Amino acid sequence: MAACSVEELLAKAEQDEAEKLRSISVIKELDLEFDVGNLLACDKNRTESRDFRGQKKEDFLRSLARDNTQLLINELWKQPTERVEEAIVAKLPDPTTPLPREKPPPKPRPPTKWEQFAKLKGIQKKKKTNLVWDETAKEWRRRWGYKRANDDTKEWLIEVPETADPNEDQFAKRVKAKKERVAKNELNRLKNIARAQKVKVPGVGLTPKAQQSKDELAKAVSVARTSTASVGRFQDRLPKEKPPKNTGKKRKFEPLIGDFSNEKQKQLELLKIMDSKKPKLDITKAVNKQMREEDREEAAAKYRKGAGKKGRKGSMSGKGKGKGGKGKGGKAGGGGGKKRSKPGKH
Amino acid sequence: MTQLDNVVKPKTRRSKRFLESRAPKLTEDVKNAMIMKGGNTSQTITQALKDLYSLKKPNAVLYKKKNITRPFEDSTSLEFFSKKTDCSLFLFGSHNRKRPNNLIFGRLFDFHVLDMIELGIEKYVSLSEIKASKCPEGTKPMLVFAGEAFDTDNELKRLKSLLIDFFRGPTVSAVRLAGLEHVLHFTALDGKIFMRSYRCLLKKSGCRTPRIELEEIGPSFDFVLRRTHLASDDLYKLAHRQPKALKPKKKKNISHDAFGTKFGRVHMQKQDLSKLHTRKMKGLRKRKGEVVSEEQDGQSPKVAKVES
Repeated sequence: MAACSVEELLAKAEQDEAEKLRSISVIKELDLEFDVGNLLACDKNRTESRDFRGQKKEDFLRSLARDNTQLLINELWKQPTERVEEAIVAKLPDPTTPLPREKPPPKPRPPTKWEQFAKLKGIQKKKKTNLVWDETAKEWRRRWGYKRANDDTKEWLIEVPETADPNEDQFAKRVKAKKERVAKNELNRLKNIARAQKVKVPGVGLTPKAQQSKDELAKAVSVARTSTASVGRFQDRLPKEKPPKNTGKKRKFEPLIGDFSNEKQKQLELLKIMDSKKPKLDITKAVNKQMREEDREEAAAKYRKGAGKKGRKGSMSGKGKGKGGKGKGGKAGGGGGKKRSKPGKH
Repeated sequence: MTQLDNVVKPKTRRSKRFLESRAPKLTEDVKNAMIMKGGNTSQTITQALKDLYSLKKPNAVLYKKKNITRPFEDSTSLEFFSKKTDCSLFLFGSHNRKRPNNLIFGRLFDFHVLDMIELGIEKYVSLSEIKASKCPEGTKPMLVFAGEAFDTDNELKRLKSLLIDFFRGPTVSAVRLAGLEHVLHFTALDGKIFMRSYRCLLKKSGCRTPRIELEEIGPSFDFVLRRTHLASDDLYKLAHRQPKALKPKKKKNISHDAFGTKFGRVHMQKQDLSKLHTRKMKGLRKRKGEVVSEEQDGQSPKVAKVES
């Protein structure tokens, strides 16, 4: 009796276990492939029920999705978990599916000239403190930047050294020296970049390029021409070479204190023009403008006539327009043309 | 101009950060997608694009205006847009009589088109039509691909990789177990691809692992595969090349045998074996009585010598 009950108990326990596992177990022919890092599951099983249509299709898809998701969840629950702020979190491994990158991987940049030298000599970088003690202000100030310690630029007094010219501007000298240092630093930085990208930079002049445009070639010719000791003054021109366009100054200003009489003349003329009531009219310009406008009106009228003919297949109104001609049509065209020519001009 | 150590240096910290975020990195973050419309679109297509945008938020941009381009013929405008917005995935929707309800999924490598796959929508149920409570935006979805066609057919293989790229979201090291709500299920059947989006409810089961019940929420699509433009094999391989720094460094002198036992070699200096300290077995030590008798024996011959 006891033995019977024990057997029964065991059987019941097994049944219970099976029941528990039944709710989460899914039977599939082929195991799914999981990529836990990407929360991905791939099911390669054959789908026999291909002839499901209509409502049954949705149900079939849903049950398939449920089974697959159950398997994926089972896999995820196998991962090691930890508790982070009242939430149970599962640690994911790295994703295993190979996916293409967005951009090519970054290339390590070659060392600069200073870095090469430092490596050669074995010079290590020394970490500097952010703040430096400033004696004059008796407090800790930053090494560089806003309100720095031992600021050179804010000095109101510079002692003239004995060996210097007394008329020299020491402040200007300091500013100029700083500018030169900045320019040198910038030049070195650009040289480092050019060396890194293997771009040839010439000492003076233009960079050689594979394909040069017409302007670049012309510029190169002019640069070559003026690179003689006498700046190209005695340089003969090639047979078909045109004289260079004005590449120098684009505007010429009169000197401030120059010809007094000339200046006086110019000012008086200006006053005369401002005084006169008549508007200044340039006859040639006005006539040219009028002629151009008339041409434009004719062209617009022709275009409209052509467009009109296409729209209305063979109506005789075109004849009327043609006959209107310069008189009416010109005026109407002028009215329309004027409206149209403004956008045309701009 | 976009590279950091190029000729123009960024003048503000903010612009420097911006350039750094766009520069190529060792480990890349999530890919952004740009969703755009073609010259002519139908109501289905605009709704579909909006739904896919909401699936891909916040890593997507949705353009409102129509772009009169044909990606399969001329991809320069797509490449220009990707450079401007730093997006490497795109989704182009269009509609014409020859190809109704057309969606082109595509991705770019180094701002040049890598793959483009055109899918036609046959049946579409939008997000708003299915009345169910939805998951919050930005939840990392679980992806399930069903159907052997996804592994046998070359084009479907690329499509699978493209869909994974599109929908997977940011790569995380850990995930909250209660937050696994969203499931995207793709089935390849009869030359068609069915995409369904479900919300999973974790029900109690007897053991630790919960039982899953699914509830359909999201947009459901029935796609049919149309044209494709796949990258050549070497370009595809080039796009997969990982930088050397990412490879895990192999520790030397560690080897494992078949059972998982860790083996290594330890090198020692030359030892003086006489001075070696071994384990002392108390029972084998010489007892005190024996020691005394030895001493006495040793002493007596000395005494004898003195006497005589």
